[in-house]
Amino acid sequence: MTFHTKLAGVAAGLAIQCAAVAAQADVLFWSTQARPVEEAQAMRETVLSGFDGGVDYQPNEDGPWLTRLQAELQAGQGTIQVLGALHGNFSAMNPDDLVDLGDLGIASASGTFNSLAQLGTDQLQYIPWMQASYIMAASKEALEYLPEGADIDALTYDELIAWTANVEEATGEKKFGFPAGPKGLKHRFFQGYLYPSYTDGVVRTFASPEAVTAWEKFRELWSHTNPASTNFSFMQEQLLSGDAWIVFDHTSRLAQAFNERPDDFVAFPAPAGPTGRGFMPVLAGVAIPRTAPDMDAAKALIAYMMEPETQIATLRATNFFPVVDVELPDDLPPSVKASGDAVAKMSGAADANPGLLPAGLGDKGGDFNRVFVDTFERIILAGQPIERVLEDQKETLAEIMEETGAPCWAPDAPSEGACPVE
Amino acid sequence: MTDVTADAVAPDARRAGRIVYGATVVFLCAWVLVPLYFLLINTLSSPQAVNAFPKSFIPAFDLGSLTFFANFSGMLNALKNSVIVAAMTMVMSIVIGAPAGYALSRFDFRGKELFRLLILLTRAFPLPLLALPLAVLFIRTGLDDTAFGLALVHTTLAIPFAVLITYSLFSGIPIELEEAAWTLGCTRLTAFTKVVLPLILPGITASAIFAFVISWNEVFAAAVLTIENRTLTAFLLQTLGEAPLHLKFAGGFILVVPALIFIFAVRKYLFAMWGIANR
Amino acid sequence: MNARLLPYLLILPVTLFLCVFFLYPFLLVSKQAFTQGAGFTLENFRDVASHWKFPISLKNTLLLAAVVVPVQLALALLMATMVNRMEKGRDLVLYVWTIPLGISDLAAGIIWLAIFEQSGFLNSMMTGLGLAEQPMNFLSYQSPLMVFTAIALAEIWRATAIMLVILVAGIGLIPKEYYEAAEVFGASPWQRFLRVTLPLLRPSLQTALILRVVLAFEVFAVVAALGGTLFPVLMGEIYSYQFDLQNSNGAAALALVVLGISIAFTLVILRVLRVPKGATI
Repeated sequence: MTFHTKLAGVAAGLAIQCAAVAAQADVLFWSTQARPVEEAQAMRETVLSGFDGGVDYQPNEDGPWLTRLQAELQAGQGTIQVLGALHGNFSAMNPDDLVDLGDLGIASASGTFNSLAQLGTDQLQYIPWMQASYIMAASKEALEYLPEGADIDALTYDELIAWTANVEEATGEKKFGFPAGPKGLKHRFFQGYLYPSYTDGVVRTFASPEAVTAWEKFRELWSHTNPASTNFSFMQEQLLSGDAWIVFDHTSRLAQAFNERPDDFVAFPAPAGPTGRGFMPVLAGVAIPRTAPDMDAAKALIAYMMEPETQIATLRATNFFPVVDVELPDDLPPSVKASGDAVAKMSGAADANPGLLPAGLGDKGGDFNRVFVDTFERIILAGQPIERVLEDQKETLAEIMEETGAPCWAPDAPSEGACPVE
Repeated sequence: MTDVTADAVAPDARRAGRIVYGATVVFLCAWVLVPLYFLLINTLSSPQAVNAFPKSFIPAFDLGSLTFFANFSGMLNALKNSVIVAAMTMVMSIVIGAPAGYALSRFDFRGKELFRLLILLTRAFPLPLLALPLAVLFIRTGLDDTAFGLALVHTTLAIPFAVLITYSLFSGIPIELEEAAWTLGCTRLTAFTKVVLPLILPGITASAIFAFVISWNEVFAAAVLTIENRTLTAFLLQTLGEAPLHLKFAGGFILVVPALIFIFAVRKYLFAMWGIANR
Repeated sequence: MNARLLPYLLILPVTLFLCVFFLYPFLLVSKQAFTQGAGFTLENFRDVASHWKFPISLKNTLLLAAVVVPVQLALALLMATMVNRMEKGRDLVLYVWTIPLGISDLAAGIIWLAIFEQSGFLNSMMTGLGLAEQPMNFLSYQSPLMVFTAIALAEIWRATAIMLVILVAGIGLIPKEYYEAAEVFGASPWQRFLRVTLPLLRPSLQTALILRVVLAFEVFAVVAALGGTLFPVLMGEIYSYQFDLQNSNGAAALALVVLGISIAFTLVILRVLRVPKGATI
């Protein structure tokens, strides 16, 4: 152990500054968001540095995040003060494990978000923290191949397919990029974009004839899609490398492209289908686990996170937009401007068909996503017949809905009791 | 007649053999080094160059990505923790594992096969599943968020290597050697320390290196079991998967370098084995 | 000291250690595999085995191990024997060959993706040399064989060193006299390798093979980096059950399946490469 102590001595000298920060009882902010190193650094340096008392911001992948949290809950004592995660992460948790935040008197400006945050209970389980969405982006080189008469801000799926076909014809390469990689958010495209645009539903219409059309269209789009898409999870990389010219992804997963070469790319709304321009929000929240060692500090941090200035700083750091009413400054990074405009056009479109996040699924949220991912992999990658796959997957979906009793959410028509798969 | 041709052919064949041999060595070295060279190029490239095509095969010596990490708060602290945990893992896995390796090679005892299987099971079951009950145990006992606690988990991962490697090392040393020492008046213990130990010491270093590297590269348990005392891997690597490309490469590079230096520093012990072979 | 008790005394520390830090959590997790709600059930196993991806990921895992491990074994043997007869630069060459030991699978995935991706180094090299007109798509769902080859190459690159170190240590223990004697009797290098090296190397071979096979069934990070969603393996499915689906019962059941496969292969290797007690050198 002499080696150890000697080394510790040397290193301790060097590390005194870092250690000094960590040694105080900082508020531990355990988050699944803002994970990329740059974003995490920005969270620490610009967003959280203004909080009195210091914050230890620790972003983690879902696996370690969940494991650590569950361990603390099981052990009945913990160090995590504040949780930051997506709506889906929270909805999978046992409601008793999250502290009721109703008495804080803070909420987002959106009534929809606030009721989502109750997770089907009568308490505020988490506080909506920040929001984003999925949009389209393209390299300016692709614009000259837009089909005639098509307006990039009001594309239809047919026009998108024609566009990607034109690009392929002209360049000899498939240049549509789709985040179908292991960490890609492909399921959200099906749940919030393709299905609402073609079937005006997600659950009820899962195996409808319109859904068959939707998958046929997607298969057509896929034929012009870069076949390496099954490796793509962050479309900013392929935009920058030129492997893809037209892409669909989460706004924060496109940010780097706009920030690095703002003049080379455009952001625009998702396309529309026969039943409108389907789109979906991304909602992240902050919550306090019941094992938090210092409730007051945790609540103070949450209140700080919801202040307008913090929300704007968070926007700069993470490309997630505020959920409270704020006056946006003019000097925002290019990525924020580009994606903000696209989202505004999308939600302001005459044919807008906004969907909600899946609600009431509890810990079956992952199974719900898997239904869509499996359907995609079987129809598109394995080339199985659409009707048969939908009939198969429909049963799994119906089981999930019955087991959880989750009522329908928009754009599905409301239901009494569990949302039926028709 | 035949003698003459044989003599004439042999030097040619030998020369050809030597060329093939040399070429193979060079090829295999390149096979290992070239991918690492690519990592180096990307680490020393600007973000634009990392995304460019075709790629340059000469590093541009753009230090932007490395500077980003140099300014990253807490790096030194994390590095210190990584080294401490790895060092503890090294010591513990050898101290605990080597006796078992000796027992396996020298004795037939009831339950030996079962014991070997138990040892192997530890590597055949994914750690991320075990991490939850372990974390609960650690939080309850106060081992949570300590270098020692994490080193215990890493030792669990390293022990199969320690036991099996020392087992094959001991198996390679003739038992007659020990028996001879006993007849010369050594006890079992002195025979071991005077005869066997010097012979296998270099090999033990080899398994210590395994332990070090395993601990150094382990992400999941480190991410779950350390909060304030994060290791470098937990600190960097687990968020690296989603970083912009140029930072991904730079971060990967930063993690690779210390491991390379460590192996380089101890390579003498690792391969001092030839001393024995010449006995 | 009592010679009958000595072995138990020697394995006591490991046993105690593993009981606390492996067996205890392992039993807790395994229990989950057999429970659903309250009672004992095999339902979890049925669930995971009936999912359409299970046969595919099982096949992929086995196939990858079947291709990668023999190549690694041959390569490691070749490297070890070459190093053994090297006179100059042995230290340096061995150091270079063991470098991949220090590289984590996550980092290896990053490195090999940079080589095989569409705008990666391999395409840069091929277009640079005029071998291809425009970058090829190596990792596409249309060329599963290419994806498999890329994964296999990366795995061979990353994990051969583990076997090499073990075999090098083992070869170093074979007395030179055996080779000298074999040479006196006119054995060719190939015969010396077959008749001297291989049989005497059995303990090391066994260790190297078992460790490598067990680790091959745990392969994940490199596969995920290169194969994306195209090449599901068992370990990836376990993670997906545990963290995406939050179905720890399913994850535990699948992990036990992997464990069972590992044990089966371990027993086979133990049987085939049986090591005589105390060695016969």
